[in-house]
Amino acid sequence: MDFSDTKEEAEFRAEVRAFIDANAPHYLNEHLQKSGFGNTNTGEYDALEEAKKWQKTKAENGWACLMWPTEYGGRGATPIQNVIWSQEEGIYSRLSGTFIIGQGMCAPTMMAYASEGQKQEYLPKLASGEHVWCQMFSEPHGGSDLAGLRTRAEKDGDEWVINGQKIWTSGAQHSDYGILITRTDPTVAKHKGLTMFFIDMKSEGIEVVPIKQANGNSEFNEVYFDNLRVPDENRLGEVGEGWRVSITTLMNERMAIGGGISTGFPEIYELVQSVQINGKPAVEDANVKSKLADWYVKSSGLKNNASRMITAVSRGEMPGPENSIGKLVAGNMMQDIAKFALDLQGQGGALVDPEVAEGSARFQAMLLRSPAVRIEGGTDQILRNIIGERVLGLPEDMRADKGIPFNEIPTGS
Amino acid sequence: MNFDFSDDQKLLADQVKRFLDENCSTAVVRQALEGEARFVPEVWDGLAAMGLTGTAIPEQYGGTGAGYLELCLVAQQVGAHLAPVPFGSTVYLVAEALLRYGTDAQKQMWLPGISNGSVKGAFAVVETMQQVAPDQISTAFSDGVLNGSKLVVSDGNVADLYVVLAQDGLYLAEGGNLKATPVDSVDLTRDTAAIEFNNTASELLTNDPWSALNALYDRAAVLYAFEQLGGAQSALDMAVGYAQERFAFGRAIGSFQAIKHMLADMYTAMKLAENNCYYAAWALANDAPELPLAAATARVGATQAFQLCSRDNVQVHGGMGFTWEFDCHLYYRRSNYLALELGALSEWEARLVDALPLQASA
Repeated sequence: MDFSDTKEEAEFRAEVRAFIDANAPHYLNEHLQKSGFGNTNTGEYDALEEAKKWQKTKAENGWACLMWPTEYGGRGATPIQNVIWSQEEGIYSRLSGTFIIGQGMCAPTMMAYASEGQKQEYLPKLASGEHVWCQMFSEPHGGSDLAGLRTRAEKDGDEWVINGQKIWTSGAQHSDYGILITRTDPTVAKHKGLTMFFIDMKSEGIEVVPIKQANGNSEFNEVYFDNLRVPDENRLGEVGEGWRVSITTLMNERMAIGGGISTGFPEIYELVQSVQINGKPAVEDANVKSKLADWYVKSSGLKNNASRMITAVSRGEMPGPENSIGKLVAGNMMQDIAKFALDLQGQGGALVDPEVAEGSARFQAMLLRSPAVRIEGGTDQILRNIIGERVLGLPEDMRADKGIPFNEIPTGS
Repeated sequence: MNFDFSDDQKLLADQVKRFLDENCSTAVVRQALEGEARFVPEVWDGLAAMGLTGTAIPEQYGGTGAGYLELCLVAQQVGAHLAPVPFGSTVYLVAEALLRYGTDAQKQMWLPGISNGSVKGAFAVVETMQQVAPDQISTAFSDGVLNGSKLVVSDGNVADLYVVLAQDGLYLAEGGNLKATPVDSVDLTRDTAAIEFNNTASELLTNDPWSALNALYDRAAVLYAFEQLGGAQSALDMAVGYAQERFAFGRAIGSFQAIKHMLADMYTAMKLAENNCYYAAWALANDAPELPLAAATARVGATQAFQLCSRDNVQVHGGMGFTWEFDCHLYYRRSNYLALELGALSEWEARLVDALPLQASA
């Protein structure tokens, strides 16, 4: 066991630091540090504009999408170099939220299934932040049961005509392109009739409608397709192979989103040192210590899990389904921490005014946002199924739709 | 970064596993459960013959000097097999106390015996039905002898050598000049004694007993955490195996989400503990300044994981899990015994928080 850099790694780290010192938007530091859960705080500056600017600076100097081949706008870096980059990019990575889905999920899918010409056309602009991409999988009738999706694609000459609706699409409102999974054959079993495309989000026949969420914000959208026409060359993978293609995307989701996951521990630990119980800092209270210890075990367990994952990746192994523990643990923990942080502030904890509530009301924001963390990108229950079936080898759930043609599956409506 | 055990270390763990698979099945553990002595000498002798009691003892004192990373993996296997032997008391506590506080003469006298298995140790601390604190300790040393009594001493009947907490120091006492009485604990597969010291000849190890106790507990906590981790993994494996085989309502019960999700939560607790144990192993092997925090984190997480996995292993087995014949109670007993050895969970939670730096990033 050894946590230190090799000579080559140390040299690479020094190179990264020099670039960041010279080029990062240091004027945003104070705001970025205050970024909360799902919000990139850029103060008086426009968040999307600043994100694109930093991405462009990185790309121009060869520091965007490090692991991609250079011909697609990357650096051809090793996995461990990529890890070093993320460690050093630090708070500036909070500007990258806009690009995570495009670069982390759409791009690997394009690399695996698009033509060489398409890769050269689209990937460099995705790396440089010129184009934003989104991913359109979930539907009102296909969430946890993703393969139950209903958006239809029908062949018409060299084109496909698409009708239907997607939901929970992050960033669709400022996306230039997106990948879209559709049903092309409803007469076969549900996983077999799916086909994947990438589409121009500025096309006619697409309407993006923001969703007003339970916490009052709008990070997600509904996307409606009304006779959207997509050329056949935009198909990713064979007709009917969409499920297999989507696995590529979702496997990369684990890499893209599962990495440095927030748990709320540093925030609650700061709070218990300042807020008091009976005239003493809350951290001295035995009940508080017990909760803190439990949360620290979890956050430190996830951090050490990441170190083990990095070790595995540096040996050329892929992160496996066991990493599903990350979001399962962090989502629940964040919700518990938010509730406890409000509790420590008494009835005043109910206030959401950032001028009044501790830390710009970050715990109140966390309380109201955290239910979504336990749903997005795989619910707690789906994650437990993945651990149970793919890690522990338990038999799969009983399914009423197995082997039945999609259009004969009971829908309850 | 290389956050993993080496191939050689894993090979050693595999050898220990194979020895214990063959020689320390739960049928053997049951000899301690049902028999007079809560100790199986053949398992102890076998571990000693492989040089494992001297894993972290330098060669000059008869050990193999392999190191603490290796010892962590040995501990994991000892825990996984519920070995009814005084491995922790002897190796993680008494040998460590000698290595840290003993004179060279004391080391020469005792460490070779520990390394070859002829000396077994016990660590005598607790005197009352309360968490350990200075005002709870009455055992006193004067004129070369100890007087006092200890309420609960793991491996106190089989031990040849005792490290004893007294009011003003940690002392080394030989067996023979003291009275050890077997007592039953929640874990009937572990030897446990009440001990009386009556003018027992003793030698000083250190006259700063509380900081010594803390330092020794930090080190031992890592190793016991690996035992707890091993136990958690075995209990989880047993539960998963049963959920795959046992049918109800025409299906394997592991296909029901109520069972599947319980098993997923057990796995998650085990995995968090494993990750924290690995980090603590690094801190122990490198005597890192992070050791107190890393040890407490490993200890708290491994205690939680073993208690959860052993508890819900019973639940997965249903009524059969509550029979004497099924092994579920062996894990349940051991998890609750280990949770108290070295101090209770709430004490370790406090140690963890007290060890956090003012700004904690994890």
